[in-house]
Amino acid sequence: MTMPSWAYAAATILGMAAVTAIARNFFLVAGRETRIPEPLQRALQVAPLAAIVAVTAPEIFMAHGTLIDTWRDARLPAAGAATVFYAWRPGVLGPLLAGLAIYLPLRLVLGW
Amino acid sequence: MTLRALAHDAHFRRGVRDMLAFGPGLAAWGVVTGVAMTQSGLGVALSVLMSLTVYAGSAQLAALPLIASGAPMWVIWASAFCVNLRFAIFSSQWRVHIGHLPRRRRLVLGYLLADLNLLVFQKAWPGRGHQTGQARYAAGGAAAVWVIWQVSSLLGIFLSSLVPLAWGLGFAGTLSMLGIAYSLLNDRTAWVAAIVSAAAAIAAFSLPLKLNILVAIAAAVTAGLVMTRAGRAADALRGSGS
Repeated sequence: MTMPSWAYAAATILGMAAVTAIARNFFLVAGRETRIPEPLQRALQVAPLAAIVAVTAPEIFMAHGTLIDTWRDARLPAAGAATVFYAWRPGVLGPLLAGLAIYLPLRLVLGW
Repeated sequence: MTLRALAHDAHFRRGVRDMLAFGPGLAAWGVVTGVAMTQSGLGVALSVLMSLTVYAGSAQLAALPLIASGAPMWVIWASAFCVNLRFAIFSSQWRVHIGHLPRRRRLVLGYLLADLNLLVFQKAWPGRGHQTGQARYAAGGAAAVWVIWQVSSLLGIFLSSLVPLAWGLGFAGTLSMLGIAYSLLNDRTAWVAAIVSAAAAIAAFSLPLKLNILVAIAAAVTAGLVMTRAGRAADALRGSGS
């Protein structure tokens, strides 16, 4: 990249860093606590779970912007294996390894 | 508390330890993000700068095509803010647990707290309200995620030509999220939230800027509110019936 455009891109990136800081501190900046109604505060507790499910579900069930329409996709059996493993032994690493043990052969050998 | 004292604190250490199980999944995501940055044409120096300062994987990935196509600066910032909006919601949760810290510490810690931090925190401190040690626990988790993420992301940047993306490495990150998601499904509210969120995220997938995630959060929170109301109404009816 040429110098001006490099500086421009760097400024863009530093601005994005500021955006991260602002978003993550949105309700932490003020000296006094923002009053959020109790029922809403309680309901907001599911927000992180909802967010991670919202990121994960399309990664498992969708391809090219639509629901998966073939069973020859390594992700479904891999997620299934991880789920079964979790039911047997709850944890993080176990389900991950079980899922990969299904995913990698299907993908690399069969090309799913 | 000095940083040295913090490093020896029991809560801090537990915060670090609880995060280590996510190391492999997180590292896989970090590598993928590092590779994506370099391969988008950003170059090594800018990729390093972005990784070290922006520190928000989904916003980084969303910004890459915009930067590559020469979009105006404000468009990139606005889209980063949209992708990061969920953190604003999360910050209202963090307020309860780290709001007592002096402002500077609060803001530094707040900047470092990503999605995974709040999920693991909720798992470790299931009760509501503030308890002693929570800020130190959060700091431990923040330190662990930062180190794992930056190391793997830098690896991805510097070794981008060696990492075969065809392996679908990113899916390892997805799989490691399944465990924490399942572990939080401990009551009916959580189950409903998860199902509603998954359906909403898939239905709204075509929205730009990952706004489907925000739609899913809104739907899940609304479902939770409705269930609370319905529960109270049912209690009231039962009360008047007896």
